[in-house]
Amino acid sequence: MHTKTIKELSTLLQAKKISAAELATLFLDRIEQSDLNAFLHVDRQLSLRQAAVADQRLATGDTTPLTGIPIAHKDLFVTRQWRTTAGSKMLKNYTSPFDATVVEQFNAAGTVTLGKLNCDEFAMGSGNENSYFGAVKNPWDKRAVPGGSSGGSAAAIAARLAPAATGTDTGGSIRQPAALCGVTGIKPTYGSVSRYGMIAFASSLDQGGPLAKTAEDCGVLLNAMTGFDERDSTSIARPKEDFTRSLNDSLQGLRIGVPREFFGAGLAADVEQAVRAALAEFEKLGATLVDISLPKTELSIPVYYVIAPAEASSNLSRFDGVRYGHRAADYKDLSDMYKKSRAEGFGDEVKRRILVGAYVLSHGYYDAYYLQAQKIRRLIAQDFQRALTGADRQCDVIMGPVSPTVAWDLGDKTDDPVANYLADIFTLSTSLAGLPGMSIPCGFGQGEKNAQRPVGLQIIGNYYEEARLLNVAHQYQQATDWHQRAPV
Amino acid sequence: MTLALSDVKRIANLSCLELTEEQAGQTLDKLNGIFALVEQMRAVDTSGIEPLSHPIAALTADLALRLRDDVVTESNHREAYQQPAPATQDGLYLVPKVIE
Repeated sequence: MHTKTIKELSTLLQAKKISAAELATLFLDRIEQSDLNAFLHVDRQLSLRQAAVADQRLATGDTTPLTGIPIAHKDLFVTRQWRTTAGSKMLKNYTSPFDATVVEQFNAAGTVTLGKLNCDEFAMGSGNENSYFGAVKNPWDKRAVPGGSSGGSAAAIAARLAPAATGTDTGGSIRQPAALCGVTGIKPTYGSVSRYGMIAFASSLDQGGPLAKTAEDCGVLLNAMTGFDERDSTSIARPKEDFTRSLNDSLQGLRIGVPREFFGAGLAADVEQAVRAALAEFEKLGATLVDISLPKTELSIPVYYVIAPAEASSNLSRFDGVRYGHRAADYKDLSDMYKKSRAEGFGDEVKRRILVGAYVLSHGYYDAYYLQAQKIRRLIAQDFQRALTGADRQCDVIMGPVSPTVAWDLGDKTDDPVANYLADIFTLSTSLAGLPGMSIPCGFGQGEKNAQRPVGLQIIGNYYEEARLLNVAHQYQQATDWHQRAPV
Repeated sequence: MTLALSDVKRIANLSCLELTEEQAGQTLDKLNGIFALVEQMRAVDTSGIEPLSHPIAALTADLALRLRDDVVTESNHREAYQQPAPATQDGLYLVPKVIE
Protein backbone atom coordinates (compact mmCIF):
# COMPACT_ATOMS: atom_id res chain seq x y z
CA MET A 1 0.00 0.00 0.00
CA HIS A 2 2.81 2.43 0.90
CA THR A 3 4.32 2.15 -2.59
CA LYS A 4 1.15 3.30 -4.33
CA THR A 5 0.84 6.70 -5.97
CA ILE A 6 -1.63 9.37 -4.84
CA LYS A 7 -3.66 8.59 -7.95
CA GLU A 8 -3.91 4.90 -6.99
CA LEU A 9 -4.62 5.61 -3.33
CA SER A 10 -7.35 8.05 -4.28
CA THR A 11 -9.08 5.39 -6.38
CA LEU A 12 -8.95 2.93 -3.46
CA LEU A 13 -10.29 5.55 -1.04
CA GLN A 14 -13.15 6.54 -3.33
CA ALA A 15 -14.05 2.86 -3.85
CA LYS A 16 -14.01 2.35 -0.05
CA LYS A 17 -11.35 -0.36 -0.41
CA ILE A 18 -9.43 1.39 2.35
CA SER A 19 -10.35 4.16 4.78
CA ALA A 20 -8.45 7.38 5.38
CA ALA A 21 -7.93 6.27 8.98
CA GLU A 22 -6.39 2.95 7.91
CA LEU A 23 -4.16 4.71 5.42
CA ALA A 24 -3.01 7.31 7.96
CA THR A 25 -2.30 4.57 10.52
CA LEU A 26 -0.25 2.65 8.00
CA PHE A 27 1.99 5.63 7.25
CA LEU A 28 2.17 6.76 10.91
CA ASP A 29 3.40 3.26 11.80
CA ARG A 30 6.06 3.47 9.09
CA ILE A 31 7.15 6.89 10.37
CA GLU A 32 7.40 5.52 13.90
CA GLN A 33 9.67 2.71 12.76
CA SER A 34 11.89 4.95 10.65
CA ASP A 35 15.33 6.13 11.84
CA LEU A 36 15.89 8.84 9.21
CA ASN A 37 15.05 11.84 11.43
CA ALA A 38 12.80 13.07 8.61
CA PHE A 39 9.98 14.16 10.93
CA LEU A 40 10.14 16.82 13.62
CA HIS A 41 6.61 16.53 14.98
CA VAL A 42 4.10 13.73 14.66
CA ASP A 43 0.84 13.57 16.59
CA ARG A 44 -1.21 10.47 15.91
CA GLN A 45 -4.37 11.82 17.57
CA LEU A 46 -4.39 14.96 15.43
CA SER A 47 -3.80 12.98 12.25
CA LEU A 48 -6.54 10.50 13.04
CA ARG A 49 -8.96 13.30 13.79
CA GLN A 50 -8.34 14.68 10.28
CA ALA A 51 -8.68 11.16 8.87
CA ALA A 52 -12.09 10.79 10.53
CA VAL A 53 -13.24 13.99 8.84
CA ALA A 54 -11.92 12.70 5.51
CA ASP A 55 -13.72 9.41 5.98
CA GLN A 56 -16.95 11.29 6.63
CA ARG A 57 -16.46 13.23 3.40
CA LEU A 58 -15.71 10.01 1.53
CA ALA A 59 -18.93 8.51 2.91
CA THR A 60 -21.03 11.44 1.71
CA GLY A 61 -19.24 11.85 -1.62
CA ASP A 62 -18.06 15.40 -0.81
CA THR A 63 -14.57 14.67 -2.11
CA THR A 64 -11.62 15.95 -4.12
CA PRO A 65 -8.83 13.83 -5.68
CA LEU A 66 -6.89 14.43 -2.43
CA THR A 67 -9.54 13.58 0.17
CA GLY A 68 -8.04 11.08 2.61
CA ILE A 69 -4.54 11.29 1.10
CA PRO A 70 -1.81 11.52 3.78
CA ILE A 71 0.58 14.44 3.38
CA ALA A 72 3.47 15.84 5.40
CA HIS A 73 4.48 19.50 5.48
CA LYS A 74 7.94 20.99 5.49
CA ASP A 75 8.42 22.67 8.84
CA LEU A 76 8.61 26.04 7.10
CA PHE A 77 4.82 26.09 6.64
CA VAL A 78 3.12 27.24 9.81
CA THR A 79 0.42 25.01 11.26
CA ARG A 80 -1.97 25.74 14.08
CA GLN A 81 -1.99 22.24 15.49
CA TRP A 82 1.50 20.91 14.88
CA ARG A 83 4.58 22.79 16.12
CA THR A 84 6.50 24.84 13.55
CA THR A 85 10.24 25.27 14.06
CA ALA A 86 11.77 26.06 10.64
CA GLY A 87 14.52 23.70 11.83
CA SER A 88 15.70 26.36 14.29
CA LYS A 89 16.30 26.58 18.00
CA MET A 90 14.77 30.04 17.66
CA LEU A 91 11.34 28.46 17.14
CA LYS A 92 11.90 25.27 19.13
CA ASN A 93 8.61 25.57 21.03
CA TYR A 94 6.61 27.64 18.58
CA THR A 95 3.02 26.85 17.69
CA SER A 96 1.49 29.20 15.14
CA PRO A 97 -1.82 30.94 15.83
CA PHE A 98 -2.77 30.41 12.15
CA ASP A 99 -2.32 27.98 9.23
CA ALA A 100 -0.30 28.83 6.11
CA THR A 101 -2.46 29.29 3.01
CA VAL A 102 -0.96 26.11 1.54
CA VAL A 103 -1.91 24.17 4.67
CA GLU A 104 -5.43 25.64 4.52
CA GLN A 105 -5.71 24.62 0.87
CA PHE A 106 -4.72 21.03 1.60
CA ASN A 107 -6.99 20.87 4.65
CA ALA A 108 -9.87 22.09 2.49
CA ALA A 109 -9.08 19.40 -0.09
CA GLY A 110 -9.36 16.81 2.68
CA THR A 111 -5.76 15.63 3.01
CA VAL A 112 -4.62 14.07 6.28
CA THR A 113 -1.53 15.69 7.80
CA LEU A 114 1.05 13.15 9.00
CA GLY A 115 3.31 15.70 10.64
CA LYS A 116 6.06 18.23 10.06
CA LEU A 117 9.24 17.56 8.12
CA ASN A 118 12.82 18.34 9.07
CA CYS A 119 14.71 20.91 6.98
CA ASP A 120 17.76 23.13 7.04
CA GLU A 121 17.37 25.98 9.50
CA PHE A 122 15.16 28.64 7.86
CA ALA A 123 15.72 26.68 4.60
CA MET A 124 19.37 27.71 4.46
CA GLY A 125 21.38 24.74 3.31
CA SER A 126 21.87 22.10 0.66
CA GLY A 127 22.38 19.04 2.83
CA ASN A 128 19.84 19.29 5.65
CA GLU A 129 22.77 19.34 8.05
CA ASN A 130 21.94 22.87 9.20
CA SER A 131 18.88 21.73 11.14
CA TYR A 132 19.02 22.39 14.90
CA PHE A 133 17.29 19.03 15.29
CA GLY A 134 20.00 17.06 13.52
CA ALA A 135 20.60 15.96 9.96
CA VAL A 136 18.18 13.79 8.00
CA LYS A 137 19.67 10.59 6.60
CA ASN A 138 19.34 9.70 2.94
CA PRO A 139 17.13 6.57 2.83
CA TRP A 140 19.17 5.17 -0.09
CA ASP A 141 22.40 5.29 1.87
CA LYS A 142 22.29 6.39 5.48
CA ARG A 143 25.87 7.66 5.31
CA ALA A 144 24.74 10.30 2.81
CA VAL A 145 22.91 13.62 3.05
CA PRO A 146 19.35 13.76 1.66
CA GLY A 147 20.00 17.16 0.12
CA GLY A 148 18.38 20.35 1.27
CA SER A 149 16.79 22.36 2.34
CA SER A 150 13.64 20.22 1.91
CA GLY A 151 15.64 17.14 2.96
CA GLY A 152 12.97 15.73 5.26
CA SER A 153 10.36 16.05 2.48
CA ALA A 154 12.46 14.20 -0.10
CA ALA A 155 13.62 11.51 2.36
CA ALA A 156 10.03 10.89 3.51
CA ILE A 157 8.82 10.36 -0.07
CA ALA A 158 11.80 8.16 -0.97
CA ALA A 159 11.40 5.98 2.14
CA ARG A 160 7.67 5.77 1.44
CA LEU A 161 6.83 7.39 4.79
CA ALA A 162 4.35 9.66 3.01
CA PRO A 163 2.86 9.66 -0.50
CA ALA A 164 2.95 13.46 -0.68
CA ALA A 165 4.96 16.27 0.85
CA THR A 166 5.28 20.01 0.59
CA GLY A 167 8.61 21.73 0.15
CA THR A 168 9.97 25.19 -0.53
CA ASP A 169 12.58 26.21 -3.08
CA THR A 170 14.62 29.40 -2.80
CA GLY A 171 17.68 28.31 -4.77
CA GLY A 172 17.01 24.62 -5.41
CA SER A 173 15.57 23.42 -2.12
CA ILE A 174 12.88 21.24 -3.75
CA ARG A 175 14.76 20.11 -6.85
CA GLN A 176 18.10 19.22 -5.27
CA PRO A 177 16.82 17.00 -2.41
CA ALA A 178 14.36 15.41 -4.86
CA ALA A 179 17.36 14.55 -7.05
CA LEU A 180 19.52 13.28 -4.21
CA CYS A 181 16.70 11.10 -2.85
CA GLY A 182 15.39 9.88 -6.21
CA VAL A 183 11.90 11.42 -6.05
CA THR A 184 9.91 13.88 -8.18
CA GLY A 185 9.56 17.52 -7.18
CA ILE A 186 8.53 20.74 -8.87
CA LYS A 187 9.09 24.40 -8.08
CA PRO A 188 6.42 26.32 -9.97
CA THR A 189 6.73 29.84 -11.40
CA TYR A 190 7.40 32.47 -8.71
CA GLY A 191 4.09 33.74 -7.40
CA SER A 192 2.06 30.59 -8.15
CA VAL A 193 1.99 29.19 -4.63
CA SER A 194 1.11 31.51 -1.76
CA ARG A 195 3.95 32.50 0.56
CA TYR A 196 1.50 33.42 3.34
CA GLY A 197 2.50 31.41 6.40
CA MET A 198 5.62 30.09 4.71
CA ILE A 199 8.39 31.34 7.00
CA ALA A 200 10.30 33.86 4.90
CA PHE A 201 13.93 33.36 3.87
CA ALA A 202 14.41 35.39 0.65
CA SER A 203 11.06 36.75 -0.41
CA SER A 204 11.84 37.45 -4.08
CA LEU A 205 12.96 33.83 -4.50
CA ASP A 206 10.93 31.70 -2.04
CA GLN A 207 8.39 29.45 -3.74
CA GLY A 208 6.48 26.46 -2.40
CA GLY A 209 5.92 23.26 -4.34
CA PRO A 210 5.15 19.55 -4.00
CA LEU A 211 7.29 16.41 -3.82
CA ALA A 212 5.88 12.98 -4.63
CA LYS A 213 6.74 9.78 -6.45
CA THR A 214 5.52 10.79 -9.89
CA ALA A 215 4.99 13.82 -12.09
CA GLU A 216 1.29 12.98 -12.28
CA ASP A 217 1.02 13.12 -8.47
CA CYS A 218 2.89 16.45 -8.43
CA GLY A 219 0.30 17.78 -10.88
CA VAL A 220 -2.57 16.73 -8.61
CA LEU A 221 -0.84 18.39 -5.64
CA LEU A 222 -0.09 21.58 -7.59
CA ASN A 223 -3.76 21.81 -8.54
CA ALA A 224 -4.57 22.06 -4.84
CA MET A 225 -1.77 24.37 -3.70
CA THR A 226 -1.68 27.07 -6.39
CA GLY A 227 -4.00 30.03 -6.80
CA PHE A 228 -4.19 33.72 -6.06
CA ASP A 229 -3.90 34.75 -2.42
CA GLU A 230 -4.49 38.37 -1.51
CA ARG A 231 -2.50 37.83 1.70
CA ASP A 232 0.71 37.34 -0.34
CA SER A 233 1.77 40.63 -1.94
CA THR A 234 3.57 38.87 -4.82
CA SER A 235 0.90 36.25 -5.50
CA ILE A 236 0.13 36.19 -9.22
CA ALA A 237 -3.52 36.59 -10.22
CA ARG A 238 -4.11 33.98 -12.90
CA PRO A 239 -7.09 31.81 -13.70
CA LYS A 240 -7.05 28.36 -12.06
CA GLU A 241 -5.60 25.73 -14.34
CA ASP A 242 -5.47 21.94 -14.37
CA PHE A 243 -1.80 21.03 -14.30
CA THR A 244 -2.56 17.45 -15.31
CA ARG A 245 -4.40 18.47 -18.49
CA SER A 246 -1.62 17.61 -20.93
CA LEU A 247 0.12 14.70 -19.20
CA ASN A 248 -0.65 12.37 -22.08
CA ASP A 249 0.47 14.63 -24.93
CA SER A 250 3.08 13.17 -27.23
CA LEU A 251 6.65 14.49 -27.10
CA GLN A 252 7.00 14.20 -30.87
CA GLY A 253 8.79 17.31 -32.09
CA LEU A 254 9.65 18.59 -28.59
CA ARG A 255 12.84 20.65 -28.69
CA ILE A 256 15.00 20.17 -25.62
CA GLY A 257 17.63 22.82 -24.98
CA VAL A 258 20.80 21.39 -23.50
CA PRO A 259 22.86 24.22 -22.00
CA ARG A 260 26.55 23.54 -22.52
CA GLU A 261 27.36 25.38 -19.27
CA PHE A 262 25.54 22.58 -17.39
CA PHE A 263 27.95 19.96 -18.69
CA GLY A 264 31.34 21.55 -18.04
CA ALA A 265 34.10 20.80 -15.60
CA GLY A 266 32.75 20.12 -12.14
CA LEU A 267 29.99 17.81 -13.33
CA ALA A 268 30.70 14.30 -12.01
CA ALA A 269 31.11 11.67 -14.73
CA ASP A 270 28.47 9.35 -13.27
CA VAL A 271 25.89 12.14 -13.05
CA GLU A 272 26.66 13.21 -16.63
CA GLN A 273 26.24 9.66 -17.86
CA ALA A 274 22.82 9.22 -16.23
CA VAL A 275 21.62 12.60 -17.52
CA ARG A 276 22.88 11.90 -21.07
CA ALA A 277 21.11 8.53 -21.00
CA ALA A 278 17.88 10.29 -20.01
CA LEU A 279 18.31 12.76 -22.89
CA ALA A 280 18.76 9.80 -25.26
CA GLU A 281 15.53 8.33 -23.90
CA PHE A 282 13.74 11.59 -24.74
CA GLU A 283 15.10 11.36 -28.29
CA LYS A 284 13.47 7.92 -28.52
CA LEU A 285 10.21 9.54 -27.43
CA GLY A 286 10.40 11.88 -30.41
CA ALA A 287 12.22 14.90 -28.97
CA THR A 288 15.24 16.58 -30.51
CA LEU A 289 18.20 17.98 -28.58
CA VAL A 290 19.38 21.51 -29.22
CA ASP A 291 22.71 22.85 -28.06
CA ILE A 292 22.07 26.13 -26.21
CA SER A 293 24.08 28.51 -24.07
CA LEU A 294 23.18 30.09 -20.73
CA PRO A 295 26.40 32.08 -20.41
CA LYS A 296 25.75 33.55 -16.96
CA THR A 297 25.23 30.19 -15.23
CA GLU A 298 28.38 30.41 -13.11
CA LEU A 299 27.55 33.95 -12.03
CA SER A 300 24.28 32.73 -10.55
CA ILE A 301 26.27 31.59 -7.48
CA PRO A 302 27.64 34.98 -6.40
CA VAL A 303 24.42 36.73 -7.46
CA TYR A 304 22.29 34.36 -5.39
CA TYR A 305 24.61 34.46 -2.40
CA VAL A 306 24.28 38.25 -2.33
CA ILE A 307 20.54 38.60 -2.98
CA ALA A 308 19.32 35.74 -0.78
CA PRO A 309 21.35 36.78 2.32
CA ALA A 310 20.35 40.43 1.81
CA GLU A 311 16.67 39.50 1.89
CA ALA A 312 17.27 37.03 4.73
CA SER A 313 18.98 39.64 6.91
CA SER A 314 15.90 41.79 6.56
CA ASN A 315 13.34 38.98 6.98
CA LEU A 316 15.05 37.47 10.02
CA SER A 317 15.18 40.77 11.88
CA ARG A 318 11.68 39.91 13.10
CA PHE A 319 13.18 37.35 15.49
CA ASP A 320 13.87 39.63 18.42
CA GLY A 321 12.75 37.54 21.38
CA VAL A 322 9.77 39.80 22.00
CA ARG A 323 6.73 38.54 20.09
CA TYR A 324 7.72 34.90 19.59
CA GLY A 325 10.74 32.68 19.57
CA HIS A 326 13.71 32.21 21.84
CA ARG A 327 14.57 34.78 24.49
CA ALA A 328 17.89 34.63 26.34
CA ALA A 329 17.68 34.02 30.08
CA ASP A 330 20.07 36.80 31.17
CA TYR A 331 20.60 40.23 29.68
CA LYS A 332 21.53 43.76 30.75
CA ASP A 333 19.10 45.80 28.69
CA LEU A 334 16.88 45.66 25.60
CA SER A 335 19.74 45.77 23.09
CA ASP A 336 21.59 43.05 24.99
CA MET A 337 18.43 40.95 25.02
CA TYR A 338 18.14 41.18 21.22
CA LYS A 339 21.79 40.33 20.69
CA LYS A 340 21.90 37.39 23.08
CA SER A 341 18.52 35.97 22.04
CA ARG A 342 19.52 36.02 18.38
CA ALA A 343 23.03 34.71 19.05
CA GLU A 344 21.59 31.78 21.02
CA GLY A 345 18.59 31.14 18.76
CA PHE A 346 20.24 31.12 15.32
CA GLY A 347 22.71 28.52 14.05
CA ASP A 348 26.06 29.30 12.40
CA GLU A 349 24.94 29.28 8.76
CA VAL A 350 21.94 31.48 9.47
CA LYS A 351 24.16 33.97 11.32
CA ARG A 352 26.65 33.99 8.45
CA ARG A 353 23.93 34.79 5.94
CA ILE A 354 22.50 37.54 8.13
CA LEU A 355 25.98 39.07 8.37
CA VAL A 356 26.65 38.80 4.62
CA GLY A 357 23.26 40.36 3.97
CA ALA A 358 23.82 43.21 6.40
CA TYR A 359 27.19 43.89 4.79
CA VAL A 360 26.00 43.99 1.16
CA LEU A 361 23.13 46.27 2.14
CA SER A 362 25.25 48.62 4.22
CA HIS A 363 26.25 52.12 3.21
CA GLY A 364 29.05 52.19 0.67
CA TYR A 365 28.59 48.59 -0.46
CA TYR A 366 24.96 48.56 -1.62
CA ASP A 367 25.72 49.58 -5.22
CA ALA A 368 28.78 47.36 -5.68
CA TYR A 369 27.12 44.24 -4.32
CA TYR A 370 23.36 44.29 -3.96
CA LEU A 371 22.53 46.45 -6.98
CA GLN A 372 25.15 44.78 -9.16
CA ALA A 373 23.69 41.37 -8.20
CA GLN A 374 20.18 42.51 -9.16
CA LYS A 375 21.45 43.75 -12.52
CA ILE A 376 23.15 40.44 -13.29
CA ARG A 377 19.94 38.77 -12.14
CA ARG A 378 18.20 40.48 -15.06
CA LEU A 379 20.91 39.27 -17.46
CA ILE A 380 20.39 35.72 -16.18
CA ALA A 381 16.63 35.99 -16.78
CA GLN A 382 17.33 37.36 -20.29
CA ASP A 383 19.56 34.37 -21.10
CA PHE A 384 16.60 32.07 -20.44
CA GLN A 385 14.21 34.26 -22.42
CA ARG A 386 16.52 34.19 -25.44
CA ALA A 387 16.38 30.40 -25.41
CA LEU A 388 12.68 29.97 -24.56
CA THR A 389 10.68 32.82 -26.16
CA GLY A 390 10.00 34.60 -29.38
CA ALA A 391 9.53 33.44 -32.94
CA ASP A 392 13.17 32.36 -33.15
CA ARG A 393 13.18 30.54 -29.83
CA GLN A 394 15.61 27.70 -29.64
CA CYS A 395 13.74 25.20 -27.50
CA ASP A 396 10.53 24.35 -25.62
CA VAL A 397 12.14 23.12 -22.41
CA ILE A 398 15.66 23.01 -21.00
CA MET A 399 17.23 19.93 -19.45
CA GLY A 400 20.38 19.20 -17.50
CA PRO A 401 21.61 17.89 -14.19
CA VAL A 402 20.15 19.13 -10.89
CA SER A 403 23.26 18.63 -8.79
CA PRO A 404 26.86 18.26 -10.02
CA THR A 405 27.29 15.12 -7.89
CA VAL A 406 25.18 12.47 -6.21
CA ALA A 407 24.56 12.86 -2.46
CA TRP A 408 27.75 13.44 -0.50
CA ASP A 409 28.62 11.93 2.87
CA LEU A 410 27.14 13.41 6.03
CA GLY A 411 29.76 15.67 7.56
CA ASP A 412 31.79 16.16 4.37
CA LYS A 413 30.93 19.80 3.74
CA THR A 414 29.63 20.80 7.16
CA ASP A 415 32.37 23.28 7.87
CA ASP A 416 32.74 24.67 4.36
CA PRO A 417 29.94 27.03 3.29
CA VAL A 418 31.58 27.83 -0.06
CA ALA A 419 31.73 24.13 -1.02
CA ASN A 420 28.00 23.90 -0.28
CA TYR A 421 27.24 27.01 -2.31
CA LEU A 422 29.15 25.74 -5.37
CA ALA A 423 27.03 22.58 -5.43
CA ASP A 424 23.93 24.76 -6.08
CA ILE A 425 25.21 25.90 -9.49
CA PHE A 426 22.55 24.24 -11.68
CA THR A 427 19.49 25.22 -9.65
CA LEU A 428 20.15 28.86 -8.72
CA SER A 429 19.65 30.48 -12.13
CA THR A 430 16.09 29.11 -12.49
CA SER A 431 15.18 30.54 -9.08
CA LEU A 432 16.75 33.92 -9.86
CA ALA A 433 14.71 34.10 -13.08
CA GLY A 434 11.55 32.91 -11.26
CA LEU A 435 11.02 30.09 -13.78
CA PRO A 436 9.43 26.72 -13.05
CA GLY A 437 11.84 23.83 -12.65
CA MET A 438 11.51 20.23 -11.65
CA SER A 439 13.59 17.19 -10.83
CA ILE A 440 12.82 13.60 -11.77
CA PRO A 441 14.86 10.51 -10.96
CA CYS A 442 16.91 9.28 -13.95
CA GLY A 443 19.45 6.79 -12.61
CA PHE A 444 22.15 6.22 -10.06
CA GLY A 445 25.80 7.05 -9.55
CA GLN A 446 28.58 4.62 -10.21
CA GLY A 447 31.23 2.84 -8.22
CA GLU A 448 31.02 1.09 -4.89
CA LYS A 449 30.11 4.25 -3.03
CA ASN A 450 27.68 5.93 -5.42
CA ALA A 451 25.86 2.99 -6.98
CA GLN A 452 22.97 3.40 -4.52
CA ARG A 453 22.81 7.19 -4.72
CA PRO A 454 20.18 8.61 -7.12
CA VAL A 455 20.69 11.12 -9.94
CA GLY A 456 18.06 13.72 -10.83
CA LEU A 457 17.26 15.20 -14.21
CA GLN A 458 16.30 18.86 -14.18
CA ILE A 459 13.58 20.13 -16.50
CA ILE A 460 13.16 23.90 -16.79
CA GLY A 461 10.38 25.67 -18.68
CA ASN A 462 9.21 29.15 -19.46
CA TYR A 463 6.95 31.10 -17.06
CA TYR A 464 3.65 29.31 -16.32
CA GLU A 465 4.64 26.22 -18.32
CA GLU A 466 4.28 23.80 -15.39
CA ALA A 467 1.75 21.68 -17.31
CA ARG A 468 4.29 21.26 -20.10
CA LEU A 469 7.05 20.26 -17.64
CA LEU A 470 4.75 17.71 -16.02
CA ASN A 471 3.77 16.35 -19.44
CA VAL A 472 7.43 15.91 -20.38
CA ALA A 473 8.24 14.28 -17.05
CA HIS A 474 5.16 12.04 -17.16
CA GLN A 475 6.00 10.74 -20.64
CA TYR A 476 9.50 9.86 -19.43
CA GLN A 477 8.03 8.09 -16.40
CA GLN A 478 5.73 6.08 -18.68
CA ALA A 479 8.81 4.83 -20.55
CA THR A 480 11.18 4.27 -17.60
CA ASP A 481 10.93 2.93 -14.06
CA TRP A 482 13.47 5.02 -12.11
CA HIS A 483 10.64 6.73 -10.24
CA GLN A 484 9.33 3.38 -9.02
CA ARG A 485 12.61 2.33 -7.45
CA ALA A 486 12.64 2.53 -3.68
CA PRO A 487 15.43 1.99 -1.16
CA VAL A 488 15.40 -1.44 0.49
CA MET B 1 38.35 42.83 -1.29
CA THR B 2 38.91 41.47 2.19
CA LEU B 3 36.96 42.15 5.34
CA ALA B 4 38.71 43.12 8.56
CA LEU B 5 37.77 41.98 12.05
CA SER B 6 36.35 45.46 12.65
CA ASP B 7 33.95 44.97 9.68
CA VAL B 8 32.65 41.75 11.20
CA LYS B 9 32.07 43.45 14.54
CA ARG B 10 30.34 46.36 12.86
CA ILE B 11 27.90 44.20 10.87
CA ALA B 12 27.31 41.92 13.87
CA ASN B 13 26.29 45.02 15.78
CA LEU B 14 24.04 46.18 12.91
CA SER B 15 22.49 42.69 12.85
CA CYS B 16 21.97 42.56 16.62
CA LEU B 17 24.05 39.40 16.95
CA GLU B 18 26.38 38.92 19.89
CA LEU B 19 29.73 37.47 18.78
CA THR B 20 32.59 36.53 21.08
CA GLU B 21 36.11 37.50 20.03
CA GLU B 22 36.76 33.90 19.00
CA GLN B 23 33.52 33.62 17.02
CA ALA B 24 34.26 36.90 15.27
CA GLY B 25 37.65 35.55 14.14
CA GLN B 26 36.15 32.33 12.79
CA THR B 27 33.34 34.26 11.11
CA LEU B 28 35.86 36.55 9.45
CA ASP B 29 37.56 33.59 7.72
CA LYS B 30 34.26 32.17 6.50
CA LEU B 31 32.96 35.52 5.28
CA ASN B 32 36.16 36.20 3.39
CA GLY B 33 35.73 32.85 1.65
CA ILE B 34 32.21 33.86 0.63
CA PHE B 35 33.27 37.32 -0.52
CA ALA B 36 36.07 35.84 -2.63
CA LEU B 37 33.27 34.07 -4.53
CA VAL B 38 31.18 37.24 -4.72
CA GLU B 39 34.06 39.18 -6.28
CA GLN B 40 33.37 37.44 -9.65
CA MET B 41 30.48 39.84 -10.12
CA ARG B 42 32.76 42.85 -10.42
CA ALA B 43 34.01 41.92 -13.87
CA VAL B 44 30.51 41.94 -15.40
CA ASP B 45 29.55 44.97 -17.46
CA THR B 46 26.06 45.95 -16.34
CA SER B 47 25.94 49.48 -17.69
CA GLY B 48 22.43 50.32 -18.86
CA ILE B 49 20.92 47.24 -17.17
CA GLU B 50 18.00 47.81 -14.80
CA PRO B 51 18.13 45.88 -11.51
CA LEU B 52 15.60 43.03 -11.32
CA SER B 53 13.98 42.86 -7.89
CA HIS B 54 10.82 40.90 -8.73
CA PRO B 55 11.49 37.94 -11.04
CA ILE B 56 8.18 38.18 -12.88
CA ALA B 57 9.16 41.74 -13.90
CA ALA B 58 11.49 40.01 -16.37
CA LEU B 59 8.32 38.84 -18.15
CA THR B 60 5.82 41.59 -17.34
CA ALA B 61 7.66 44.90 -17.44
CA ASP B 62 4.82 47.04 -16.01
CA LEU B 63 4.39 44.80 -12.97
CA ALA B 64 3.38 46.71 -9.84
CA LEU B 65 2.66 45.54 -6.34
CA ARG B 66 -1.03 45.54 -5.52
CA LEU B 67 -2.58 48.02 -3.14
CA ARG B 68 -5.54 47.00 -1.06
CA ASP B 69 -8.45 49.19 -0.02
CA ASP B 70 -7.73 51.19 3.11
CA VAL B 71 -10.29 49.42 5.27
CA VAL B 72 -10.16 47.30 8.40
CA THR B 73 -10.07 43.61 7.41
CA GLU B 74 -8.69 41.92 10.51
CA SER B 75 -10.59 41.25 13.70
CA ASN B 76 -8.90 41.19 17.09
CA HIS B 77 -6.70 38.13 17.68
CA ARG B 78 -4.50 39.58 20.39
CA GLU B 79 -4.76 36.65 22.76
CA ALA B 80 -3.93 34.09 20.09
CA TYR B 81 -1.08 36.18 18.72
CA GLN B 82 0.43 36.75 22.14
CA GLN B 83 0.26 33.07 23.01
CA PRO B 84 3.77 32.32 21.64
CA ALA B 85 5.37 35.42 23.21
CA PRO B 86 8.11 34.85 25.82
CA ALA B 87 6.61 37.40 28.25
CA THR B 88 3.32 39.32 28.28
CA GLN B 89 1.21 41.07 30.89
CA ASP B 90 -2.27 42.61 30.58
CA GLY B 91 -2.15 42.20 26.81
CA LEU B 92 1.24 43.90 26.50
CA TYR B 93 4.63 42.49 25.51
CA LEU B 94 7.18 42.72 28.31
CA VAL B 95 10.69 43.98 27.53
CA PRO B 96 13.49 45.34 29.74
CA LYS B 97 13.03 48.94 30.77
CA VAL B 98 14.12 51.30 27.95
CA ILE B 99 13.32 54.71 29.44
CA GLU B 100 14.58 55.61 32.89
